[in-house]
Amino acid sequence: MNKSSAWAKLGLAVLGWFIAALFFFPIFWIAVTAFKSEGDASTASLIFQPTLDAFAQVFTGTDYFLNVRNSIFVAFGSTILCFILAIPSAYRMAFYPTQKTQSLLLWMLSTKMMPAVGVLIPIYFIWQWLHLFDTVIGLVIVNALMNLPIAVWMAYTYFSEVPKGILEAGRIDGATAGQELWHLLRPMTMPGLSSTALLLIILAWNEAFWSLNLTAHDAAPLTAFIASQTGSQGQFLAQLSAASLLAVAPIMVMGWFTQKQLVSGLTFGAVK
Amino acid sequence: MSVQSPPAALTEVPGPVKKIEPAEKWRRLLMAPTVVPLLLWMIVPLALTIYFSFIHYSLESPAGNFGFVGIQNYQFLWSDSRFGTAILNTVIFLVSVLVITVVVGILLAVLYDQDFPGKNVAMLLVIAPFFVMPTVSAQIWHLLLMDPIYGVIGQFLQAIGLQPVDWLQTYPLPSIILIVSWEWIPFSFLILVTAIKSLDAEQKEAAAIDGAGPFTQFRYIVLPHLEKAIGVVVMIEMIFLLSIFAEIFTTTKGGPGDASTTLAYLVYSLGINQFDAGIASAGGILAVVLANIVSFFLVRMLAKNLQQNA
Repeated sequence: MNKSSAWAKLGLAVLGWFIAALFFFPIFWIAVTAFKSEGDASTASLIFQPTLDAFAQVFTGTDYFLNVRNSIFVAFGSTILCFILAIPSAYRMAFYPTQKTQSLLLWMLSTKMMPAVGVLIPIYFIWQWLHLFDTVIGLVIVNALMNLPIAVWMAYTYFSEVPKGILEAGRIDGATAGQELWHLLRPMTMPGLSSTALLLIILAWNEAFWSLNLTAHDAAPLTAFIASQTGSQGQFLAQLSAASLLAVAPIMVMGWFTQKQLVSGLTFGAVK
Repeated sequence: MSVQSPPAALTEVPGPVKKIEPAEKWRRLLMAPTVVPLLLWMIVPLALTIYFSFIHYSLESPAGNFGFVGIQNYQFLWSDSRFGTAILNTVIFLVSVLVITVVVGILLAVLYDQDFPGKNVAMLLVIAPFFVMPTVSAQIWHLLLMDPIYGVIGQFLQAIGLQPVDWLQTYPLPSIILIVSWEWIPFSFLILVTAIKSLDAEQKEAAAIDGAGPFTQFRYIVLPHLEKAIGVVVMIEMIFLLSIFAEIFTTTKGGPGDASTTLAYLVYSLGINQFDAGIASAGGILAVVLANIVSFFLVRMLAKNLQQNA
């Protein structure tokens, strides 16, 4: 390697890392502030005595665990419901396609393009009429329906990659449809489907539009809890940061592991 | 779909009659768990929004509720000064965020397409903001970074002898554009860097041998290659950005005045805050129309894609 390209590489690394630091700074900053005392939290100094007080405050002073529980129930519940609704049709479309399959798939994707705000008012009323307002079940249903097209799409993609011969061999050996799904398809599509599940969990965990509009207190997930923290005049900044850090960190790690599925899932396979 | 298959009498045409095997009937039913909920989710609320938009439906002045009022809700919205502001804000917001995320996304994709030590970790840091829940993003910027007294930016400005600025009060819309761009640049970057990787290295090398400089290569090879991915980013972001709500709700509540009120926030404040479902629904319909124009093109592109893969 000659000298000028070594310098170019160094410049590239410096620039690449500088930009990365810039983008990550806000997240780094809540992580720092979460370990400050409330007094230190209102100054931008990096020199302080680290403390876990803010975390203790979050755990004792508020309904934090209720919000955490709601977020977990909504994220996992909606993902499970989504899979129950998506797997049968993905199976049908992948292994027994008809002429209608393609347009049906496109129609499903197109339902994702309805802006939430266009149906906010009726959903708000329907949820009140059905007593789903401010319930975890209500949020589970909304999130499952919102993510259903993504789940169908991804399950369909993974099923389509399974060689047809394997299923036929199973059928010759007398496997029923149920056995076929459980013993042949499940192990083969497990890696793809589990990353799909991760993606759905992330999306539901971070969903804010419906969480803010369809909950009051009982079913409020973390997104709504964080929004309700006003923390003006520099008060409770450490507490807010601690609560935010706990809400964000696990999902970010999950997100890093699902990058690839995220791209094909959110673009419906247009970019791979 | 089983419900749509015509009665047997209609399908009896001369010629070879295709018999449907019994198993196929059951397999059609497998579509129901997806099709029925999606159909309900799409049609019922949309039909209600359209219906509400033509009736008087106010929880504050319930006299004459559910009475047909024609296009009065739309006329009211049209004459409301907030409506014009909201449309203008929505357009400024959409265009700014789209331009910022796509341009920065392309630049970052080119940068991180090169190799340098620790590149993969640096990329993880860049995409991290996309996984932060919207309300947390809003609070970080609102309270920890942009606050004039306690925020990092304000304290930094003071340290170098400048006046701190109350960003969200003084420049509400640009501040929200900045916050949302921070969240969505990682998305466009991730898509574009994935797309750029599929570019043929040989093609670039051939161009370099022919004497094409980096800018010529970028303009005539990289950019055309990214065209489709850019289109996807623009359309998908458009649909999400039309409903951006949490960031405004958590920071400015649409203010000061209506300086940061977008169409989505206006629908919320008319319907949920002022309890006028009729007028809010009229606003919602406009958002649906806007999104449909976008999704028409997106679906057409996806259809082409499906046919190519089939």
